[in-house]
Amino acid sequence: MARMTMIEAVRSAMDVSMGRDDDVVVFGEDVGYFGGVFRATQGLQAKYGKTRCFDAPINESGILGTAIGMAAYGLKPCVEIQFADYMYPAYDQITQEAARIRYRSNGDFTCPIVVRMPTGGGIFGGQTHSQSPEALFTHVCGLKVVVPSNPYDAKGLLIAAIEDPDPVMFLEPKRLYNGPFDGHHERPVTPWSKHDLGEVPEGHYTIPIGKAEIRRSGSAVTVVAYGTMVHVALAAAEETGIDAEVIDLRSLLPLDLDTIVQSVKKTGRCVVVHEATLTSGFGAEVVSLVQEHCFYSLEAPVVRVTGWDTPYPHAQEWDYFPGPARVGRALKEVMEG
Amino acid sequence: MTEVPHLSLHVPEPAVRPGGEPDFSNVKIAKAGSVPRPPVDAAPEDIRDLAYSIIRVLNRDGEAVGPWAGLLSDEELLTGLRNMMKLRAFDARMLMAQRQGKTSFYMQHLGEEAVSSAFRKALDKGDMNFPTYRQAGLLIADDYPMVEMMNQIYSNEADPLRGRQLPIMYSSKAHGFFTISGNLATQYVQAVGWAMASAIKKDTKIAAAWIGDGSTAESDFHSALVFASTYKAPVILNIVNNQWAISTFQGIARGGSGTFAARGLGFGIPALRVDGNDYLAVYAVAKWAAERARRNLGPTLIEYVTYRVGAHSTSDDPSAYRPKTESEAWPLGDPVLRLKKHLIVRGVWSEERHTQAEAEILDEVIQAQKQAESHGTLHAGGKPSVRDIFEGVYAEMPAHIRRQRQKAGY
Repeated sequence: MARMTMIEAVRSAMDVSMGRDDDVVVFGEDVGYFGGVFRATQGLQAKYGKTRCFDAPINESGILGTAIGMAAYGLKPCVEIQFADYMYPAYDQITQEAARIRYRSNGDFTCPIVVRMPTGGGIFGGQTHSQSPEALFTHVCGLKVVVPSNPYDAKGLLIAAIEDPDPVMFLEPKRLYNGPFDGHHERPVTPWSKHDLGEVPEGHYTIPIGKAEIRRSGSAVTVVAYGTMVHVALAAAEETGIDAEVIDLRSLLPLDLDTIVQSVKKTGRCVVVHEATLTSGFGAEVVSLVQEHCFYSLEAPVVRVTGWDTPYPHAQEWDYFPGPARVGRALKEVMEG
Repeated sequence: MTEVPHLSLHVPEPAVRPGGEPDFSNVKIAKAGSVPRPPVDAAPEDIRDLAYSIIRVLNRDGEAVGPWAGLLSDEELLTGLRNMMKLRAFDARMLMAQRQGKTSFYMQHLGEEAVSSAFRKALDKGDMNFPTYRQAGLLIADDYPMVEMMNQIYSNEADPLRGRQLPIMYSSKAHGFFTISGNLATQYVQAVGWAMASAIKKDTKIAAAWIGDGSTAESDFHSALVFASTYKAPVILNIVNNQWAISTFQGIARGGSGTFAARGLGFGIPALRVDGNDYLAVYAVAKWAAERARRNLGPTLIEYVTYRVGAHSTSDDPSAYRPKTESEAWPLGDPVLRLKKHLIVRGVWSEERHTQAEAEILDEVIQAQKQAESHGTLHAGGKPSVRDIFEGVYAEMPAHIRRQRQKAGY
């Protein structure tokens, strides 16, 4: 075991995968010699050579298009989109190509690729470096969508994603790279080295895609969250003293519906939290499934806490970010409802 | 004070519209045999002229002339003619089948048969094409069973793609034919990725990308050229310039660029322009590009100058946007008739044998059609299962899709 930040865990996952399988290749903007703007691929080119880890032109549709072609050949590309906000030029290749190649060719060709992308705000990135576009992927049949909340999961899930036979969108909440950020931006963040989930095996292990994890057991209300919001929800539960059960989805598609349903049937209350905008966000899907499967167990309307339906602002970042105070208010609201 | 003139927007127009006299005087045709054949390792900057001329082998008299001639044997040429005739007969039958309501949609190759049929012969087993919807000659020339193609067109119970894809969107890894998307240009950059993978693995295989004149305007075309150029990918970048993108003449996509081939020059990619209706020229140029790729010399861009004689698809009516007789005025002639004439000049073919071959091929196509129709057509007979809707979205069916399949009653 070693102490790792989330960036180190992600790097370790690629390192382990490249070491085990010559078909794993890593590329993207600034990914090669420099090791990526967040340093996720640092050292991989030196270790595995220029044809296994290399710089790509600033052309996201080209990165995805070539990755799809490489996968058709038999490689397992793990590409980086520098910020999730930059994925839109590649959206055609992701949605109409990567996601459908297995289906449309009846398995004659497949597309085992991983698209890593730093996501979410909290770093004063403004509207083009803070987005959470996960719902644009969960709406696409044929993709898998993963959002880890800690170094241990990030490594196990990324190795599982690289080994997966289908395309996986791997969204890394960049605010969690260095520690379990709980939304208290006014305080220094606790480093991962002081957190249990910063303890990461150095070798190979996987975490199955499609399994949620209960981060806090509770009986009063179920909080469904993923990524950074897991830590925000945990802080809100502690600060309000409400005995919330916090579910970390880890994988949005496929979704671990059983864990959600079991918990909501027990607590009778549910709050769904994400950083992405509200309307047609992934929370809408979760709420819909909760009412479909748990309607007769609900004691109060299900509440969503999300980013506002506006672009991500720069100076007003902390009024946009759904922090522990807003989540805490929602917890109180459903307890009173 | 001097008055600043008002600006005006330039919107290009084709030379003629319906009702006018067809006019191809703007298509400059080089004399057969006149364009030099450089060594495959020539520097791109030394062969820029090839992007502006037209490489041709067959002259008006049906003779093969010049430095690009002499690569194919009698036997190979006879096979080439047969494959083009087969593709033409196949198209005619399937077009009729669509009109009879046996399928929803069809796209024919009329006038463009030489491009994909000859190109396939320049590749080796294991190489991979990333085709568009008008390169079925790649399959025919590789002896892919016609009945399988028809099963796909009919979306019947034997459809290898289980009814999921529009007619003619074939897929065959075994025959080096990547699954056709139906989107435009996406496959162009994928081909570059496939070629990069082959180079990463120190393999010997090469890839071929396909695109039409209209789709070169897509950003994925540009992406493909950037990646191919940067990594010197072993890929042949094919542009089939058949003059028309549905109703839009090629000038709308080409803009101020002299030719489509010339697009490659800014990327440092050798670019050649070839008579797409000349089986021998297509083969010779494709072979040259394939050798470059295989010798790790990098990508080549090829523009095939041809003409789409038929409609874009069965949903299109060209008489609404171009003169009806335009195809007759096309200066590069008909690829089947030109190769036929050459073989007669060569002394290995005759009018009688041609008529006989037509009958044999038609019979072969009809037999395949009967066999395919025994498995059903789009609205009659055997069809894929409703279950097939839900299979194959993922390697392993996730719970939510299983629930939906059960809801559908399967």
